[in-house]
Amino acid sequence: MKARVTVTLKSGILDPQGKAIEGALKSLGVDGVASVRQGKVFDIELSGSDKAKAEAALKAAADKLLANTVIENYRVELL
Amino acid sequence: MKSAVLVFPGINRERDMARALKLVSGHEAAMVWHAETALPKGTDLVVVPGGFSYGDYLRCGAIAARAPVMDAVRAFAADGGLVLGVCNGFQILCEAGLLPGVLMRNARLKFICQDVHLRVERSDTPFTRGYNAGQVIRVPVAHGEGNYEADEDTVKRLEGEGRVLYRYCSPDGEVGESSNINGAAHSIAGIVNERGNVLGMMPHPENHVEDIMGCTDGRGLFAGLVAHLEQAA
Repeated sequence: MKARVTVTLKSGILDPQGKAIEGALKSLGVDGVASVRQGKVFDIELSGSDKAKAEAALKAAADKLLANTVIENYRVELL
Repeated sequence: MKSAVLVFPGINRERDMARALKLVSGHEAAMVWHAETALPKGTDLVVVPGGFSYGDYLRCGAIAARAPVMDAVRAFAADGGLVLGVCNGFQILCEAGLLPGVLMRNARLKFICQDVHLRVERSDTPFTRGYNAGQVIRVPVAHGEGNYEADEDTVKRLEGEGRVLYRYCSPDGEVGESSNINGAAHSIAGIVNERGNVLGMMPHPENHVEDIMGCTDGRGLFAGLVAHLEQAA
């Protein structure tokens, strides 16, 4: 089973990297960019086929390691 | 003072730290590999040194914070043992949940490697008793992610409880935007936990302890710890 965990900065948390990317896009002349926030994507392969178990494991992975919940939110998707 | 210096893959300041500890305390520090599950018997001080544990993969300090030895450090801290985290060590302590908040990318995005001035906010803690309150010391920093941030309530608590021990300042002790090198909330350079036995700081006091380094302002931190432990004994 394939899954994806997406980690993003919480709103209100300063994201200097996103800002730098935003500046670069604007200087490239890419039209209509209002703002950029940077995040991370984890593509994870799971053994087994129990969806509930998989979701619980992914949630544990995100809480324990993949995200720092002080500053980040995460989303778990089974693909 | 019996010190234990933790060693993680990618850490590179552990020997500077061990040298400073030996110099000031007279005792050789034990180097403790991250896979260990116990600290040496009789440890007075655990030091989490600086460097780039696990290449800063995922987030600075994130993987080291989950290493086996950190359970022993957590138990040691819960027992009131003294823990000092410098630079990557500060990041590791935050990721391990031993200190609140997080070290974000420097506000101006650049890696900063230079001497900075710090104002010692109080002198009545084990980590600052080698200094006077309000004293300004000069120590080096070397980091890309030292911008301390926490939610508003946490910062308010840290300030209200006097848990900010070191703050970036100008050479004459003024705290302001121009001396806040990395954009940290309230110019925070070092904080302690609620109980006051765990300190995390971005600057490197261990690199200003000998005349040959051009400055010995960092000695006070270690000398204060030695004095604290001697008094407690």
